[in-house]
Amino acid sequence: MGRRKKMVERVTVLMNEPEMIRNIGIVAHIDHGKTTLTDNILAGAGMISKELAGRQLFTDSDEEEQERGITIDSACVSMVHEYQDKEYLINLIDTPGHVDFGGDVTRAMRAVDGAVIVIDAVEGTMPQTETVLRQALKEHVKPVLFINKVDRLVNELQVDLQEMQNRLGKLIDHVNKLIKGMNEEKYKAGWRVDASNGTVAFGSALYNWAISVPFIEKSGVGFKEVYDFCHKEDMKSLAENCPLHEVMNDMIIRFLPSPIDAQKDRVNVIWHGDKTSKTGKDMMEANPDGELAFMVTDISMDPHAGEVSTGRLFSGSIKRGMEIYVSGTTNTNRVQQVGVFMGPERLEVETIPAGNIAAVTGIRDAYVGATVSTIMDMIPFESIKHASEPVVTVAVEAKHMKDLPKLVEVLRQVAKEDNTLKITINEETGEHLLSGMGELHLEIIGHRIERDKGVEITTSAPLVVYRETVQKHAGPTEGKSPNRHNRFYIDVEPLDNEIVDLIKSGEVSMRMPELERRNKFMENGMAKDEAKGITQIYESNIIINMTKGIQYLNETMELIIDGFEEVMKAGPLTREPCQGIKVRLVDAKLHEDAIHRGPAQVIPAVRSAIHAAMLMADDTLLEPYQKVFIQVPQNNMGGATSEIQGRRGVISDMSQEGDMTIIESKAPVAELFGFAGDIRSATEGRAMWSTEFAGFETLPNSLLKEIVTQIRQRKGLKLEIPKPSDFISQ
Amino acid sequence: MLTFIGIGLYDEKDISIKGLEAVRAADRVYIEFYTSTLSGTSIEKLQTFYGRRINLLTREDIEQNPDWLNYAKTENIVMLTGGDAMVSTTHIDLRLRAIDLGIETTIIHGPSIISAVPGLTGLQNYRFGKSASIPYPYTSKGKTIISHTPYDIITSNLHTDMHTLIFLDIDPVKGYMTIRQACELLLTVDSLRKEIDLKGRLAVGVARAGSPDPVVKALPLNKLMDFDFGAPLHILVVPAQLHFMEAEALVKLAEA
Repeated sequence: MGRRKKMVERVTVLMNEPEMIRNIGIVAHIDHGKTTLTDNILAGAGMISKELAGRQLFTDSDEEEQERGITIDSACVSMVHEYQDKEYLINLIDTPGHVDFGGDVTRAMRAVDGAVIVIDAVEGTMPQTETVLRQALKEHVKPVLFINKVDRLVNELQVDLQEMQNRLGKLIDHVNKLIKGMNEEKYKAGWRVDASNGTVAFGSALYNWAISVPFIEKSGVGFKEVYDFCHKEDMKSLAENCPLHEVMNDMIIRFLPSPIDAQKDRVNVIWHGDKTSKTGKDMMEANPDGELAFMVTDISMDPHAGEVSTGRLFSGSIKRGMEIYVSGTTNTNRVQQVGVFMGPERLEVETIPAGNIAAVTGIRDAYVGATVSTIMDMIPFESIKHASEPVVTVAVEAKHMKDLPKLVEVLRQVAKEDNTLKITINEETGEHLLSGMGELHLEIIGHRIERDKGVEITTSAPLVVYRETVQKHAGPTEGKSPNRHNRFYIDVEPLDNEIVDLIKSGEVSMRMPELERRNKFMENGMAKDEAKGITQIYESNIIINMTKGIQYLNETMELIIDGFEEVMKAGPLTREPCQGIKVRLVDAKLHEDAIHRGPAQVIPAVRSAIHAAMLMADDTLLEPYQKVFIQVPQNNMGGATSEIQGRRGVISDMSQEGDMTIIESKAPVAELFGFAGDIRSATEGRAMWSTEFAGFETLPNSLLKEIVTQIRQRKGLKLEIPKPSDFISQ
Repeated sequence: MLTFIGIGLYDEKDISIKGLEAVRAADRVYIEFYTSTLSGTSIEKLQTFYGRRINLLTREDIEQNPDWLNYAKTENIVMLTGGDAMVSTTHIDLRLRAIDLGIETTIIHGPSIISAVPGLTGLQNYRFGKSASIPYPYTSKGKTIISHTPYDIITSNLHTDMHTLIFLDIDPVKGYMTIRQACELLLTVDSLRKEIDLKGRLAVGVARAGSPDPVVKALPLNKLMDFDFGAPLHILVVPAQLHFMEAEALVKLAEA
C-alpha cells in the first residue's frame, strides 16, 4: 500500500504541471494486445509487480471482462514515469477492440491527446485498426505505433531476418497510407509514423520487451539481436535488455503532446464556440484559473459514492463543493468528490486542474458526452460521434413483477453509462426496448444488469433496427391543425448522400456559427436558398424553412421543429427512426391569435403533413449491414463462404495468407443473428472472424411488405399499411 | 336548422328572451365551455333555468368530430356559447361547415365582453385596435417559450394611437389566467424587447364583467399586477393616449 500511497502524492504534484502530463489511449483491433501492453506499462511505473504483468489484466476489472478475456469498458489509470531524470504523469485509457463496444473508443478519444496504435505483427492492420485510427485522427489525437507480437513472425511464420524487416516496413507504410488518407493535413504536418525517429516501436507486450530505432542506437540491441533471441526463444534476456516500458515511455513522452500543446489545436475541432472569447482562450491555454470546462466521457457506478463521471478537464480546476452546471439544464449540481483512477480504484484528491482526466461524483445531471461548466450557458462541446449506430434491439422485462421499478432505474443507469445504448418504451405494450450496436453488445449489457445491478430479466430475441427514408420528391402536402385555423404546406425529398455523410460525421451541426454551416452545405452541393433556411438537423434529417415574411412564424417555429422531430423519431410506415430526409416548409397560414396556435395545434398539423408527404414519396426501409471479415484455413473455406452467401451476404474480396484464406464480405444484420454458432459448426471452429458496421442499404422490395407488416404487428399498430390520405384531414 | 345563441357574460339570466325561447323550442340543446365560460352559473343551473337538458360538447366534438351537426339536417338544434355567438373563430368555422352540409343557420346575439369592456371602463369603443390573447407559455426541449404576439400587437396599436383589448388564456389544466399572470408575461417580453416601456404604462384590468360586482381598476402595469381583482374571469386593456372624456371616465369608473 505504501507504494500506492506514494504514487498518489507524486500524481498530485504533477497534475499541476501540464507540460509534464500525457493523456493517452491505447487502441487496437481485438486481441492485438492492448490490455497486456497496458499492464506492462503499469508494471514499469511500479503499479503492479513485473511477474504478474501480462497475466493480471489490471484494467480488466469487470468479471465479465476477465472471463471473456476481452476489455469492455475503457478503464483509466494515472501513473508516474521517470524519463531522462524528470517525472511525468501519464493518464492512460485502455479501450475495447471489439466493434460492439466502439462507442467506448470514441468517447475515450475525446479525453486523450495521443494514442498508441497496437498492431499484431502477423495479422497486420485489421478493420478495427482502421476504425480506431480514424476516430483518433478525427478528434486530432496524435498516433504513435507499437507493432506487437514480433516474436510470432520468427517462431510461427519462421521468416528470416530480412523478411522480418520487410514485413515490418510494409506494415508501417500501410499505416502511413491510412493516416494520409484519413487526415492529409495532419499527415503533412508531421503525424506520419516513422521508425527512424522513434514514433514506431517493435516488441512483445506479453514477453515485456520492445525496441525502437533511437533505443537501438543507444543500447546496441538491434533487429539482428532481437531475431536471434526470438529464435532461441529467450524472451527473458530480451526483457532484461530491452524493457518494454522504457521504449514506450520514450515514444509516449517525446512524441505525444502535452495538454498545453494539444488543446491549442484540439479545441478547434471539438468546440464550435467563439475561439477568441474568454472561454475559448482558457481552453486553448488549459488555464487552471479559467471557468470550468469539463467533458464527461464515461459514467460508472461506485457502490459507495454513486455515479462517477470521468472526463477531460479542458479549462479551470475542479474542486469539492463546487457548484456547476450541466449544459442544457438550469439548476446547479454540487461536486462531491474529485479523484483520479488507478485501475479499478478511485483515489480522492483535493483539486484537479485543467489538462487532466478527472473522476468526479455528485454531478447528478451528467450523462456521457455532457459539457460541465461553472458558466450556465456555456456553448457545449461537439457531441461525441460514433462510427457505429444502434442497429439491434431487444425487449427487456423483469423476471419478477416486483422488480419493475428497479429495472426502470437500472436501464436509465446503463444508458447513462453507455451512450451508444438507447432505451425506449413501446407505448402500446409497455415493454422496455434496449438498442445497441450488436448482438454481443446487448448480451453483455443484459448480463451486467443481472449480475451488477441484481435484477433478473428476460430478453426477447434480438430485432433489427430499421430506418425509414424516402425515395423521391413529394408534396407539398397540407397539414391542418385540429382546430382547423392553421395550415402548413410541406414537401419532402431524399437528402444527397454527401449531405448525409456531412451530418453523420459531425462536420456540420446546429451548434456551429450559421454562416460557417451554410457554407459547408453549399460546398457540398446544397442550393443557397435551402442552405440559408436550415432550421434544424435531427439525426441525419433536415428541416428547411423556405418561407419568407410570414407573420408569427417565428414564435411557432419551435413547435414546427417538435413536430418534425417526432416524425423523424418514428416514421409513418413502421414508427422506426428516419434517415436522410429533407423536409421543407414551403408555406404556412397561421391564425392571428396566439391562443389558436399553441402546441396542441401546431405539432399535430406539422406531423400529419410530413407523414402524408413521406408516404407519397415512396417511404421505404433501410436495413443495417455489417462487414464480416473471416480468416479460415483453406480446407474449411467452403463452409465459411456458404454461411455468408446463405445470409443474403456478398463476398467482396478473398485473399491468401499462408494456408489461410481471408474473406471480406458484407451481410444484413437481420441475417447475422446466430452467426457465431453457425460459422463455428460450418468450419469446425477454425474460422476467426470480426464484424464492423457498414451503414444502411435499402431493403429489397420483395421483402418490404413482409417486414413492414412484421414491425407493425410487433408494435401493435394497425396491420394495414398507412396511406397518405390517412394523414390529410378533409 | 342550427341556431347559434350567445348566452352572455355571467349567469343563466344573461340570455335574451329571443334566445331563451329558441332554447325551449329546440329539439336538442348543445353548449361548449372551452372558448369562454360563464363564471356565475353552472350547467346544472342553466338546465334548471331553461328547463332543458343540455349536451356539453368537448373541444374535439367541435373541432374534429362534429357528428352531432348531422341532427341539424332534420331537427332544430341550438348551439350555446358564452358571450356573443360568433366572436371565436371556432364558431365561424362550425357555421361554415354546417353550410357545407346543407344546414340552414341563424344567430341570436348575446352581450359580449367586446362591448362590455368599453362600457365598464369608459374607453371609447371606436378607439380600439386589433385585440390580442395572452396564451400560457409552452416548453419545448426545456426552453420556455413566451409568445411575443400580444406585445407586438400592443406596440403596433400604440403607434397608431389605439387601445388594445387583451383576452387571457382559458386552459383546462392551468385554469383561467389572472391579470397578475398576464402582466408578468407582458413585462418579461418587455424586458427582452424594451420597445414601449410597458412597466410604467397605464393599464386597465376588468374582472367579472356582467356580474353584480365587477371590478375595474386603472394603474401603471407594474402596480396593476399587485392589485387583487378576485375571482375570474379577468381581462386587460392597454390604452393609447386618452381623450379627455376617457381620462375623466377612468378617474370616476376605475379609480385612476
